[in-house]
Amino acid sequence: MIPTATGFPSSKTKDGALYLDNAATSWPKPPGVAQAMAQFLAEVGANPGRSGHRLSIEAARIVYSAREAVANLFGAPDPLRVVFGLNITDGINLALHGLLRAGDHVVTTGMEHNAVMRPLRDLAQQGIEFTQAVCEADGTLDPHRIEEAIQPNTRLIALNHASNVCGAILPIRAVGQIARRRELLFLVDTAQTGGALPLHMENDCIDLLAFTGHKSLYGPMGTGGLILSERINPADLHPLRQGGTGSRSEREVQPDFLPDRFESGTPNAVGLAGLLAALEWLQEQGLETIRTHEKALCADLLDGLINTPGVIVLGPQDAARQTATVAFNIRGMEPSTVGLRLDEEFNILCRVGLHCAPSAHRTLGTFPDGCVRFGLGAFNTAEDIQQAVEAVRQLAKEAP
Amino acid sequence: MNEAFAVILVDSTSYALRIEKLLKQQGLACKLIPVPRHLSSDCGVCVRIQKQEADVIRTLLQEDQIHFLTIEDV
Ligand SMILES: Cc1ncc(COP(=O)(O)O)c(C=O)c1O
Repeated sequence: MIPTATGFPSSKTKDGALYLDNAATSWPKPPGVAQAMAQFLAEVGANPGRSGHRLSIEAARIVYSAREAVANLFGAPDPLRVVFGLNITDGINLALHGLLRAGDHVVTTGMEHNAVMRPLRDLAQQGIEFTQAVCEADGTLDPHRIEEAIQPNTRLIALNHASNVCGAILPIRAVGQIARRRELLFLVDTAQTGGALPLHMENDCIDLLAFTGHKSLYGPMGTGGLILSERINPADLHPLRQGGTGSRSEREVQPDFLPDRFESGTPNAVGLAGLLAALEWLQEQGLETIRTHEKALCADLLDGLINTPGVIVLGPQDAARQTATVAFNIRGMEPSTVGLRLDEEFNILCRVGLHCAPSAHRTLGTFPDGCVRFGLGAFNTAEDIQQAVEAVRQLAKEAP
Repeated sequence: MNEAFAVILVDSTSYALRIEKLLKQQGLACKLIPVPRHLSSDCGVCVRIQKQEADVIRTLLQEDQIHFLTIEDV
């Protein structure tokens, strides 16, 4: 269990509100994150790798160290196969738009975020087909459903490691093994699990791993990207953007080597300095320690909500089979009302509605009304959970 | 100190940083510098090394399969 008293930031805002929206963006951040970013701006601040002077090289060194830290965390074959971008949405778009061609078929699931569904719907207009493997009503997936959806023209399997709505963990290793056996590429959206659950590109047979810095990696917004396994030839992936890279400057064609091929334009080096500090913090704490802590809190929250009359808990309802994200509804009360009252009367900040994932809500049976989501993080405490359960209990009592 | 240098030319700064890291681990002196004007390179930065260590370093990079373009005397 993480010691919360000493040196750890509080999960309460300045005005005393309890932050339970970590599934959207983790907050607070480890103290070193803001410090590293401020220090980068104040002391380093030059354009990484564009110029040959000392400060530019120092900036590039920080970006490279962030690349190494990301590669280590996800078991990437090589830091240069880590492509930085704006966020995971950017990484997923690079993978899908960059890789797929007319005639290709993609297998995805009924639990995806719009970061996957919207690009796929757009690509469907350009002759790319996709099938959504059916998930269970608790958001989990039987890997056989993936196998059943494979067609002769299937090229890629794309899914999220865990649902951003109800936390359900999908069996990525089993799906990865199917992908390997059937000679398909495998894209994983790790938005909800990067840093929170063990993940390893090689062991999980992942060819394209998309990640975002601002959730359970505990870094700042504006960081994320895509990691390519050695099975991906950069030449087969079309860049989303072309432009200056600081390399091959005398030529007007996009470089073919990694990561420059996919990293045109000045990167968010300030953000990457923060992400590096966050990953160092994660390493220090140990993923296992954080997971144990979050799992215990999640179990308490599930227990409290399940035992509250009038509350319907969605998802696996089992801390071992989900991330520390819990979705629920109060019978007879709209999620938006619950959200507003939690905010105004109980000082609790969470996210209600459809969570950018209409598909997942259809699977869970909560479309179009949505639900209430509590996203826990490393800095939440047992008291936070008590406060949250108590608030929901009060609201449920008042519901018609 | 021997003042004769060579430079390792690379595709981009990331490659230079990776080489720098490896050489430092091995206790080999190096420094990232702008590419001297008389050498043509695709990247603005190169890795300057001791000329006398160039052969050792070339072997090391080849063994570790670390990509570089050429090693030039300067
Ligand atoms: C499963 C999933 N995929 C994608 C995203 C998009 O993340 P980002 O906004 O960092 O691109 C999120 C979070 O919003 C998510 O939970």
